[in-house]
Amino acid sequence: MSNLAPDISAHEVTPPGDFEIKDYLRLDLMPHFMCPGCGHGIALRALLWAIHELGIEKDNLAIVSGIGCSGRVGAYIDASTFHFTHGRPLAMATGLKLARPDLTVIVISGDGDCLAIGGNHLIHACRRNLDITCLMLNNEVYGMTGGQVSPTTSESMLTTTTTTGNIEPAFDACKLAEAAGAGLVGREVTLQVPTLKNLIRDGISHQGFSFLEVISDCTEIYGRKNNLGESPEMILKQKSYLRPESFGNTGDRPFRPNKLETGVLARNGRPEYGVAYRAHAARAKTRGGGK
Amino acid sequence: MPGNFEHLHGNHACALAAVAAGCRFFAGYPITPSSEIAERMSKELPKVDGTFIQMEDEIGSLAAVIGASLGGIKAMTATSGPGFSLKQENLGYASLAEVPCVIVNVSRGGPSTGMPTRPAQSDIMQSRWGSHGDHPVIVITPDSVAEIYSETIRAFDLSEKLRVPVVLMFDQVIGHLQETVEVSDARKLKTIERKWATGDKDGFQPYAATKDAVPPMARPGDGRRAHTTGLTHTENGFPTQDTEVVARNMNRLLSKLETNKKEIEKYECVETGDAEYLIVTIGISARAARRAVKTLRRKGVKAGLFRPITLWPFPEEAFREAAAGAKAVLVPEMNAGQLVLEIERLSSDACHVAGLNKIDGEPIVPEEIIAKLEEFSR
Repeated sequence: MSNLAPDISAHEVTPPGDFEIKDYLRLDLMPHFMCPGCGHGIALRALLWAIHELGIEKDNLAIVSGIGCSGRVGAYIDASTFHFTHGRPLAMATGLKLARPDLTVIVISGDGDCLAIGGNHLIHACRRNLDITCLMLNNEVYGMTGGQVSPTTSESMLTTTTTTGNIEPAFDACKLAEAAGAGLVGREVTLQVPTLKNLIRDGISHQGFSFLEVISDCTEIYGRKNNLGESPEMILKQKSYLRPESFGNTGDRPFRPNKLETGVLARNGRPEYGVAYRAHAARAKTRGGGK
Repeated sequence: MPGNFEHLHGNHACALAAVAAGCRFFAGYPITPSSEIAERMSKELPKVDGTFIQMEDEIGSLAAVIGASLGGIKAMTATSGPGFSLKQENLGYASLAEVPCVIVNVSRGGPSTGMPTRPAQSDIMQSRWGSHGDHPVIVITPDSVAEIYSETIRAFDLSEKLRVPVVLMFDQVIGHLQETVEVSDARKLKTIERKWATGDKDGFQPYAATKDAVPPMARPGDGRRAHTTGLTHTENGFPTQDTEVVARNMNRLLSKLETNKKEIEKYECVETGDAEYLIVTIGISARAARRAVKTLRRKGVKAGLFRPITLWPFPEEAFREAAAGAKAVLVPEMNAGQLVLEIERLSSDACHVAGLNKIDGEPIVPEEIIAKLEEFSR
């Protein structure tokens, strides 16, 4: 494993300060259901850390999720949590945020939930630019159902429905979100938790729709099937030869920082939908409007 | 005191009544013949600081409505056949998670794209059984513009009170009729709002059993931080597959309608007291039936009409009473035979039950009903 060790000296190491993850978790639900080595717990930690740093009150926090492994993450958060139908958390969150602009609304989705069954809601949430933060936990596979191919599975990878290798190209979800007009688009890996936390903080702070892709490994099913090694090895490879089709073929070489584009990838200052709607409605009200 | 009368289009009456009932959120997707409801809501809601949104699809529309309702606001969507099919999964979510919402189905001919501008009554069974799994749902079927107005308000009241999705279903003809309606003064109208959770925040059980089988709701931001899921859950809202807990909570969920039956049930009886020939029908077909009863009575035939206004749960006892002296029951409906199945189930063996079905997009006319009943009485 030593040959895979990354040079982390260049990376910012942020002390957690007074952040205590236990303050934000429903501890009575432990032990959690996630597999050993799953990246979703790391993403959850980064999200809660960002929430803590932003000083968001748990009472004013609404978490909406869909179906799949990602969909079950939200329930561990000690907030108002909504576990909605497959692919529809963004549409549900649209109604929730419009009805309750006072709430911080965060959607936790997965690659299947967000890009396959829920793809239509994603592009329209980006276009509309309502103040919601969407965290798409991308593990390249349908884990909850046993490991079927997903829209982000890299080409040639083995899954239970691509037993001779995947022939479909993978989605670059960030390019999709940017093209659809999302206010802020970013990607990060679970290898760098403080960096991930900072990206999530940026996303939540942005007045508009933020789409954040988190590369989160499924070691138990996807890693095992493709002989990608144990969790630490998979994490170290997050920026390397995985996902070569979407992000430029880097060949079979270990950790190559900056090969997978990370950080804030796009940002625009388009008006936030809720503010725009309310201003528009106020004008309509003053004018009276005909029958 | 003279009321405020307006000459209204059925779909517009639905929109105005929703606003009067306190609806402050509408999400929809354009579909014939229901689009006028969305159009009118887009105009009316800003006036009362409400929100209208045209969503990207039918599924997203009900999802957004559920989101707004869970946020604490009365919410509605409207659609027709194909869209109603697409909404079924989220309708089931609203049933299980007990989210108040009103879903309007201005029904048109099907299956598939069918006849978008023609009426039909072929969603009778889908409105009750369209979503997978055992689930409570209330379906209300008005037969006039005035009744669309009053029943839209009742739909919100029932949905809020019982935390059940309510489907308001009327055919294209009723939706596009222009009739005179007595419009309520929203300021004086007494409407029902869901029970909000009060008291102890820490031990809050979002799905605890209550006397009326309807648990109070937590409002996001009230400090209760509840969990809402479409998974079968315990009283505390978190998922479970414990057989005993599942049975207890599912039974409580399904008991809501039975427990509150008296309030939910609504029907109209026309000359049913001594009726030997009973007609059972809804919507535009009921208007033809009312005329048929009048004509037949003049001819000396003891005809009557039983019209369920609340279609589901079906007002069983009231029907049995109306049909007590009937030799035959006729069920005219604009489908290949749906409501007739329920009537067959509820009728005694001695009573002859027959359907009168039309699936060509033309409403059933009084003469057709009269001819069929005269056949029986001969």
